[in-house]
Amino acid sequence: MDILKKEMRLNQLEATLKELDDVQAKAEINEKIEAYKNNMMKKLTAWDRVLLARHPKRLTAKDVIECVFDEFMDLHGDRAFEDDQAIVGGIATIEGRAVTVIGQQKGKTTEENIACNFAMPHPEGYRKALRLMKQAEKFNRPIITLIDTPGAFPGIGAESRGQGEAIARNLYEMSGLKVPVIAVVLGEGGSGGALAIGVGNHVYMLENSIYSILSPEGYASILWKDASKAKDAAEAMKLTSYDLREQGIITGIIKEPIGGAHRHPKNTCLNIKDTIMRSLKHFDSYSAFEITKERYNTYRSIGFLQRFNYENLKGVIK
Amino acid sequence: MKSDLLKQAFDKQKAFKKHAISYRKKPLESTKTPDVPKGLYEQCDACKKTFMSEDIVNNRFVCPACHHHFRLRAVDRLSLMVDSHSFIEKGLGYITLDPLFIDGYESKIADYKKRTGLDEAYIYGYAQIKGLPLVIGVMDSYFMMGSMGSVVGEKVTKSIEYAMMKKLPLVMFIASGGARMQEGIYSLMQMAKTSGALKKFNDQGLLFISVLTHPTTGGVTASFASLGDIILAEPKALIGFAGPRVIKQTIKQDLPEGFQRSEFLLEKGMVDKVVDRHHMRDTIHQLLRFHQKEL
Ligand SMILES: [Zn+2]
Repeated sequence: MDILKKEMRLNQLEATLKELDDVQAKAEINEKIEAYKNNMMKKLTAWDRVLLARHPKRLTAKDVIECVFDEFMDLHGDRAFEDDQAIVGGIATIEGRAVTVIGQQKGKTTEENIACNFAMPHPEGYRKALRLMKQAEKFNRPIITLIDTPGAFPGIGAESRGQGEAIARNLYEMSGLKVPVIAVVLGEGGSGGALAIGVGNHVYMLENSIYSILSPEGYASILWKDASKAKDAAEAMKLTSYDLREQGIITGIIKEPIGGAHRHPKNTCLNIKDTIMRSLKHFDSYSAFEITKERYNTYRSIGFLQRFNYENLKGVIK
Repeated sequence: MKSDLLKQAFDKQKAFKKHAISYRKKPLESTKTPDVPKGLYEQCDACKKTFMSEDIVNNRFVCPACHHHFRLRAVDRLSLMVDSHSFIEKGLGYITLDPLFIDGYESKIADYKKRTGLDEAYIYGYAQIKGLPLVIGVMDSYFMMGSMGSVVGEKVTKSIEYAMMKKLPLVMFIASGGARMQEGIYSLMQMAKTSGALKKFNDQGLLFISVLTHPTTGGVTASFASLGDIILAEPKALIGFAGPRVIKQTIKQDLPEGFQRSEFLLEKGMVDKVVDRHHMRDTIHQLLRFHQKEL
């Protein structure tokens, strides 16, 4: 039974609770609910986390912006082609300081999702993000990015306008930014489309978010020629927040309430806010040079390989 | 945490000793055969005409009839591009590990090593073109579609750093299917690593020429391949971020004729020039010359 089915069962229990009047019966069923909740979150599989990360009620970037920041003004456009709705961005305040916030926006209804293209940005979206980041650098504002995308959009327009170049340019420019970049993966961290706003000094993941080279479905169909093996792929790919921490890719995990972020959005946002504030304070004592250097070194050191000393081995090679 | 993983993967790497011994016994040499099966005769993929292998090789691996550019092995590319005996390979001795413990990955790598004589899908080193020094890097699409895992990412970064140290121009020949799925998130992060290194390289005022050849797609297009000061492309090469099949599936439409080919990218303003293989060496030499302090 996957997590969504368990959640349905939980919803049923909660519905019964509402209908009951008898105090005794209420207490009993309440106990049952608590036990069920705790049980259902033990031993989550990687696939369960994929489902939670893609949950239709999952917190979106706009939800998080509204809850975590005191003020927010959205800014639009890449000044070259058009305004990409898949990326939201602007200036916000958090505990009395101004920051730039950029996020990938999913919708909750079909209508919303069509408007923001299911959070799959086009090149102009990445260029808008870059424009806002350069603006932040100019005015010495830290940058907070909120990652939640299945990936960059694969389409004729996207390719014609240089999807690859747009992503590459962001990676290139982000590595040199003189202000701290704090990235938080909210739901899906899909491939280069996610990384293009994710080159952070600190990178955090919500507990039930995922971050991977491509979707489990894509992985299964490329490697095993069978998209229906997505569940196995999710396990094999090591894409959960715990995996990424073990692999040394992310800075830390932001805890979610029992049942997943969407069941208690406020608590989740409080945790996100705490993490962001801690991170911001951490960089207060850093100079611009140190900020760039630290970020550069972080990415420079990522790789899973060995090198033997070729000179010393010459004797071995016949 | 990561070091535990490394240790596990390394212990698993039974073939380590064998690696060290079998590693690059033979010096790099041109295979002198185009991509299709070895034999006296070759068929062109594009026009289906048959030619003597020798004729194709002598025509710089270009079809004499229809001008189709055959895929090139890294060593053949080098032999076409740089002055003979000028290439000194750098960055040797990397070992590809299996971070996700995927069945069959290790043996696949061993197999490609044997077949191509390379240790990974990218080689680089010092070379000269008509006497002008440069650092040249070449991807080999015969090595697992030139996909970028940790070792390719590291070697690309090393080649950028080497050029930076020597204050030399850097020329890269790209041929890659994108990121290497078998290495998961590590592959993805190589995009940030290589792009960051190029940013540093750029800040030193050095020249980077990126040459896109068939095929250039995925994570490589979305990182160092697209960051050249000057971007050249070979005729009719497939160049894009998403593959045509994925795009077709997503938008449920047929793709226009010539979509994602070099000429299309030129029209859309994504590459500087489409350069024929016969003129590539001269073009790059001219560009290197333009960037000399004294002409
Ligand atoms: Zn032909």
